[in-house]
This record gives sequence, structure tokens and C-alpha cells, in this order.
Amino acid sequence: MKTLRDTWLVFQRHMLLMVRSPLSIVLGVAQPVVYLALFAPLLKPALASMGAGSMTDAYRIYVPGMLVALALGGGLYVGFGLLAELGSGVIERARVTPISRVALLLGRALRDVVTLVIQAGIIIVLSMPLGLFVRIPDLLLAYVLLALITLSSASISYGIALKVSSPDVLGQLVNNLAQPLMLLSGTLLPLALAPLWLRRASDWNPFSWAVVGMRSLFAGHTGDAAVWQSIALMATLAVLALTWSARLFARSVR
Amino acid sequence: MIETSGLRKSFQTGRRRKSTDVEAVAGLDLTVAEGEIFGFLGPNGAGKTTTLRMLATLLRPDAGDAVIAGADLRTQQAQVRRSIGYIAQGGGTWDDVTAREELVMQARMHGIGKAEAQSRAVAALDAFDLTEYADRNCRTYSGGQRRRVDIALGVIHRPKVLFLDEPTSGLDPQSRSHMWDEIRRLRSEGMTVFLTTHYLDEADALCDRIAIIDGGGIVAEGTPTALKRSIAGEVVTVGVADAGAAEKASGVLAEQECVRSAEVREDGGLRLSVDAGETAMPQIMRALADAGIELATIELHRPTLDDVFLTKTGRSLRES
Ligand SMILES: Nc1ncnc2c1ncn2[C@@H]1O[C@H](COP(=O)(O)OP(=O)(O)OP(=O)(O)O)[C@@H](O)[C@H]1O
Ligand SMILES: [Mg+2]
Repeated sequence: MKTLRDTWLVFQRHMLLMVRSPLSIVLGVAQPVVYLALFAPLLKPALASMGAGSMTDAYRIYVPGMLVALALGGGLYVGFGLLAELGSGVIERARVTPISRVALLLGRALRDVVTLVIQAGIIIVLSMPLGLFVRIPDLLLAYVLLALITLSSASISYGIALKVSSPDVLGQLVNNLAQPLMLLSGTLLPLALAPLWLRRASDWNPFSWAVVGMRSLFAGHTGDAAVWQSIALMATLAVLALTWSARLFARSVR
Repeated sequence: MIETSGLRKSFQTGRRRKSTDVEAVAGLDLTVAEGEIFGFLGPNGAGKTTTLRMLATLLRPDAGDAVIAGADLRTQQAQVRRSIGYIAQGGGTWDDVTAREELVMQARMHGIGKAEAQSRAVAALDAFDLTEYADRNCRTYSGGQRRRVDIALGVIHRPKVLFLDEPTSGLDPQSRSHMWDEIRRLRSEGMTVFLTTHYLDEADALCDRIAIIDGGGIVAEGTPTALKRSIAGEVVTVGVADAGAAEKASGVLAEQECVRSAEVREDGGLRLSVDAGETAMPQIMRALADAGIELATIELHRPTLDDVFLTKTGRSLRES
């Protein structure tokens, strides 16, 4: 109960900060939006191998992949913010109060989810005139999946940040982690084109499953096994990652 | 109110093989009484911040114990946190948030309800003269305003003990004396204040009692006055109108009860060691008048805390 109240408190503070400097949200979607515009003409022929016969089909394959990439990539960088806070003394100030330690991390992670929800909304809205169409229930499920992905990637980033406690090392690690994870999940380039061994390797990447689930949702195939499988997988991952980073955090700030 | 015994902390520095242990705090025993302003005076790197962070539950001591407001630092951390406020050397406010929002948040982090938190914030803004800037983002504050916000944040939950790390470093003289007044006001409200400083005048003017810390250990402890007296007592120099009478004067004065020793310097002046200059001076003047010796000059030299530091460590605090 106290943890919930404290999490809400921390979340509110971070939302306030987000509203005060909304630029970071906009900058976060700048790249995907540019991709959307630049690659739009190339999409149909490029995705023909995955069964894209029309622009709508192409966007139904491309946009979900990009959203997963955004949730994964955006989440992996949130550790920098945590390191900055640890350095600035605001966390130290919180530490001498009886506030729940886990709440300090959870509140932040929820803010990260909201950031992503807004960014995903921008991309989806921008894609609509280009031919994207998705039903509301599917969209809501897609949001659940995205939220879980963000919770996982953000927690992983917080965990690494706490382990290495240096922004430089964190940057290197995150780069080295994000690239293969994205490539191996077929977020932007469809894995259907990849050689067999690469496809086998991607089976071991949970985010690759998430991409498949997202594409099913955007294609309107809510009943596909891939949907519940990816949600279950991401939920498990999110719980594991959150537990890991929350424990690390609670230990490091006692 | 605060009692520590054998408090110790060392840090690992450097990379693996070259790693060395820095003993930041080396076995600290001290006692701070309720309602006292206790000052920790020491040069950079003496271990002041490390000690404060240990006492504020932020850093686990390697060894030793402490009891703060009746709670054990090792086993009753939650209770310690309830009775203390801690203000870090570098403060800690968000740039894009106003002082009012920070104060409300801080009160809420202490578990205080929303309405109460808001009224406490208003009261704190008023008490620390911040109302004028209350709704401006913290990034726009001057150093002195920011420091007052830091302190207001640290006392919003009315702690029994306040730990203040370098409350006035970097402030101009006016803001400093303003800050001293704030700290005295907190004490008059019943708070025990434990502050660190590397300013001699601050330790002297503000603190009831001080401990001089150097290299992680306490080298001297007491009231500023007692510390200064402890090293050499105070010195009164006397010049007599007729240089020929200096020897006679020295003899007369050496017999006075308030004078520890008297010597004639090369320039014909007299150097007298006394216990308490302000009471010794009139007696010296009277004794010379009774002996018919005409007094030309009389001057009181009080040792400074820097003299104390110099005596105890062989270095001057100003230089280190
Ligand atoms: N986290 C740390 N890791 C390694 N060494 C540290 C750490 N914190 C402090 N030290 C070392 O411990 C010693 C005491 O530091 P401390 O910060 O307590 O000094 P201080 O008296 O507060 O100095 P200042 O007046 O500069 O604030 C210093 O030699 C410092 O380099
Ligand atoms: Mg310090």
C-alpha cells in the first residue's frame, strides 16, 4: 500500500518534469517519423516477400516493428537519467526519508511507459493517412505489449546503470546490446529475408517474439497464438527485469 | 542526542592492482548534546562529509556504533530517518521544479498527507523568506536562495536532529550571516544542529561546541573559547612609557594572580600570558598604576581557531 502511494508520488513528480520539458518526447520520435517518411516509398516492394500486397499491408508490417524498436531502444537509454539523478543529489535527498526504495525506481519506469505510449500514439496517428488501419481492441492489446516491452528494456537499462555507474560505460553497453537485439528481432528489416541460422538465433530473442505478436495485432489476427505468447513472454521478462533492477537499486541506495 | 563510538570508514580507490584504501574516517568518538549547534571544522578531505553521510544512514560504517535521538544507527535505521534531516554539501533540487513543489514533495516523501504538506510548504517558504521566489523554477535561484531552499527541505518534517554539510560554502557575507540567523532560529525551536564547515569564523561565531577534524580523526574538541584558551591562554602585550621601568613592571605584573608569566621582549615591551584577557586587562592596569608605572599601550591578542589547528596538526587551516 505504502509502496503504491510512494510509486504514485514519484511518478507524479516525473510526469511533472516531463510536461515541463516535452522536447525529449518529441526528439524521441523524430527518428522513427523520419524513417516513416523516408522508407514509405520503399516499403511495398521491400516487404513484398512478407506478403505485403498493398501500402496498408506494408504499414501493418513496418509500423509494429518500428514501435517495438522504439520501446526497446528508448527504454534502454533511460539509465542515463537515473545516473544523472544519482549524481545531482535528488535521490540522496529522497534516501534520508522513509519513502519506499522500490517506489523510486518503479515511479520512473512508469513514466517511461507513459513516454512510450505518447510516442507510439504520435507514430500511429502519423501513419494513418499513409494507409495504416488498426482496430481499437487490437490497438489496446498492442499498447499492453508495448508497455511490457518498455518496462523490460527500461529496467534492464536501470540495472546496467547501477552496475556500471558510469555514463560512458553505460553508453557503450547499451549500444552493443540494442543493435543486435533490434536486428535479431526483425524490427526494421524483416527476418524472412535472413538466412536460416539468423532466424534460429532470433528465436532466442524475446523481442523477436514481441515483433511477431505486434504484427499479428496490426494485421487484425487477434486470435493468433503469437499474440498471447508474446504478451506472456514480455510479461515474464518485465517482471524478471523489474525485480532484478529494483533489488539492485534498493541494495545500492538502502 | 548524538553519540558515536569508534566510527570508521575507508574507501577503495584506484583500479584493481593499484587499488589503495583511503581511510576517510578513522575511529570517531563524539557526543552532541540536545539543542546544541555542533560544528565539525576541518580542511578539504578531512572526512566531514563521510561522517555526516554515515550518521544520516546513507553510508554503512565499516566499524563503530552510533545512537541518534535514542535510535541505533545500525539496527534502527527507519527510526533514525524519522528523527533526522540531512542537507547535502551540494544540495539536491530538480532544476525545473519550483521551491513550493519541492517542499510539498519532500513532505509527502516523509509520509505527510497532501493538505498538510501544502500548508507546511507555505509555512516553510515564509519562515525561510522564500515566498517571493516560491513559484520560480529552482534553476533560477541564486546560491543563497538555493541554500535556503535546501535547508527548508531538510527541516520540513521537523526533525530533532539536523545534519548540515557546509551550509554557507560559496555564499557572500550577507547571505552567510542570514544563514547563520536561520540556523540559530532552528536551534531556538529545539533542534540539535550538527554542521560541518571549513570556515574558522563560522565555527567560532555560530557553534556552541566544535570538533576539529583532520585526516579522519578528531584532533581537538570543545567550545571555541575553551579551545583557543587551551593552546596558549591569551596574550596581553604592554608597553610602558619609560623603557627603564620595564623590568620593574615585569616583576610587579608577574605577581598578579591573573598573570601566568611575564617576560620583557627585546623591543622593551612586555608579553604576558593570561588566562582570560578581558578580566586580566583591568587588573594589569590597576597594578601598574599602584606601582607608579606609566602605561603607554596595552593590547590583547586572542589565539584564533587557526592557531589551535596549527598547534594540533602543524599546518594552518588557511593553507590546507
Ligand atoms: N565515494 C568515495 N570513494 C573514494 N574515496 C572517497 C569517497 N568519498 C570520500 N572519499 C575520500 O575520503 C576522504 C574524506 O572525504 P570527505 O568527503 O569526507 O571530506 P570532507 O571533509 O567532506 O571534505 P570537503 O571539505 O572537501 O567537503 C577524502 O580523501 C576523499 O577523497
Ligand atoms: Mg565535504
